[in-house]
Amino acid sequence: MNTTAQKHATNAATYIADEQRTNWHDETLWFVRHKRDLAATKVPEWEALRNTASNIKEHTLSNLDLYLAEFEKNALQNGIIVHWAPDAAAHNQIVHSIIKEAGIKQIVKSKSMLTEECHLNEYLIQNGIEVVDTDLGERIVQFRKEIPSHIVLPAIHLKKEDVSDTFHQHLGTEKDNNDPQYLTSAARVHLRNKFIESSLAITGVNFAIAETGGFVVCTNEGNADMGTHSANIHIACMGIEKIIPQQKHLGVFTRLLARSATGQAITTYTSHFHRPQKNKAIHVVIVDNGRSTQLGRKDFRNSLKCIRCGACSNTCPVFRRSGGHSYHIAVAGPIGSILAPNIDMKRYADLPFASSLCGSCSNVCPVKIDIHDQLWKWRQELMKQGYSNWYKKLMMQSMAFVLSKPKLYRFTGKTARIFLRTVPFLFQSKSLNPWYKNREFPAAPKQSFTEWYKQNKK
Amino acid sequence: MSNRNIILDKIKKNKPEFIALSEFNGFDNQQKSIDLLIETLKTIKTETTVGNNITPIQDKINLLKKEGNVVLNLLDELNADEKEALILKTAADLASLDYAFIRGQIAVAENGAIWLSDKNTINRLVPFICKHLILVIEEKNIVADMHEAYASININEDGYGVFISGPSKTADIEQSLVIGAHGPLSLNVFILQF
Repeated sequence: MNTTAQKHATNAATYIADEQRTNWHDETLWFVRHKRDLAATKVPEWEALRNTASNIKEHTLSNLDLYLAEFEKNALQNGIIVHWAPDAAAHNQIVHSIIKEAGIKQIVKSKSMLTEECHLNEYLIQNGIEVVDTDLGERIVQFRKEIPSHIVLPAIHLKKEDVSDTFHQHLGTEKDNNDPQYLTSAARVHLRNKFIESSLAITGVNFAIAETGGFVVCTNEGNADMGTHSANIHIACMGIEKIIPQQKHLGVFTRLLARSATGQAITTYTSHFHRPQKNKAIHVVIVDNGRSTQLGRKDFRNSLKCIRCGACSNTCPVFRRSGGHSYHIAVAGPIGSILAPNIDMKRYADLPFASSLCGSCSNVCPVKIDIHDQLWKWRQELMKQGYSNWYKKLMMQSMAFVLSKPKLYRFTGKTARIFLRTVPFLFQSKSLNPWYKNREFPAAPKQSFTEWYKQNKK
Repeated sequence: MSNRNIILDKIKKNKPEFIALSEFNGFDNQQKSIDLLIETLKTIKTETTVGNNITPIQDKINLLKKEGNVVLNLLDELNADEKEALILKTAADLASLDYAFIRGQIAVAENGAIWLSDKNTINRLVPFICKHLILVIEEKNIVADMHEAYASININEDGYGVFISGPSKTADIEQSLVIGAHGPLSLNVFILQF
């Protein structure tokens, strides 16, 4: 229990060892956050949009079974094949069986955090399928056998020198040519061939519309479209919470998504799929994987409103300075930290503690999820369930004991002040006191406030 | 019980009390001028040409062909290229496409997004696989924002439709913007004023 509880802090310590890189990461994400601010303030009705988006999502969640059924009915009428997966294993099996049935060995994939969550790539590779991620950032991390470190900017933890090395190794680009333009065009040529060769493409889903039985996929690179339109079979994987009721609601979400994510007014491509082209097929896999459980948790169900823009990560002081990989889960950052414990409390017990509870995440969230409140509530829930480390528990119990007894409190305070003055090294030891690691200890005062007050009151 | 019913039953059991959907029909404080559209397109690296007849486009197509480019003309008013055969063309067939001229149905002033669907692209790959894309729209089809855009189209009228705003791009390497990721390297928009 206590080993997992330390994970984020331990990983972050490794990450921040490279101070220059940490600073770059911090500043770059803050710059993205700044672009988001510029885009948001340009829209006078921004707050009304957020309220509307939040209402649409809350309404949808309160009626989700009926909207899913409506979506299914209309999708079937459109000639889309609909599958249902209660968990990640079922999802992976369904996708694999479609690939197997078509006798395909190589597939292309555009970005889908759901398939990351389900570890689809590993599953398909184990089953002898070559999986090519086609989003540039995802292809980079795939070459490096890493996972995306950010839900929108998968390779934000890397510098162009890293990408250059990786491409030199895998694509034969010139050694030490670090020009992003050069590297991107090398990837373009490489992936263009993959698009042409592959007859099956997997995408995620940004929005699924109950009213029309179709779905929307947003990209900047055009990789989802290149993949799906080149292929004969398109598999779109979606969580149950991706549903929105009507076409007109797309107006609200397409205005919020890219502005919140990168500060763009809209993604370059907003693609609407309703019916397959002649002689082709579209499959939709609707995945639960713990979401319906989360729907039943009163304090945490609001997390299902998330549209995966990543704004909470960009603004988060902890994320910016600890890197996405420290979160040891596909959906990292503040939103990931409130989604993860629902899936596995023990494994992700550390994540709700990886926060300063400053509330910036909730302020930028386009669908008004109370992220920092939920982080705080998860902490209480995890303590209650016993998923905290022993010393934190011991410390809290001792604090409660001491604070409830004024005489003991005064005595402890006095003793502590003496110790702080006489043997400060005990408190300044980084192994005994992790708090001291990146902080300066103030000099201990000679007297307590109470003592000072008694002396000085007139 | 089927997977479908397992999921739907669990949702039904766990979902919160019904929350009503608030009335929403967009905002009416938006401007939809051609100037705003041109300005927006400029910020997303898209050049605009304004004209009151289609002749300049015909001239452009002729010139590009003369220079030896592979050009696909899907503009009905300019004797569009053969459409029947285009439907079944594969990515390998279309990989050499240099320029594609396509009609856009509406353009959104706030973000420069232009809507096109199967009836315009014939083959869904065309606006993505071409090296350079030219979209032709009419000034009267400019709308202010995405609310107005969705109010004036039916997303399921055709099997596929897309809002395109600018050439394809990525900033996945150190947040440096690179134009021309997987899709076109450039986008030009021709606005017809009648």
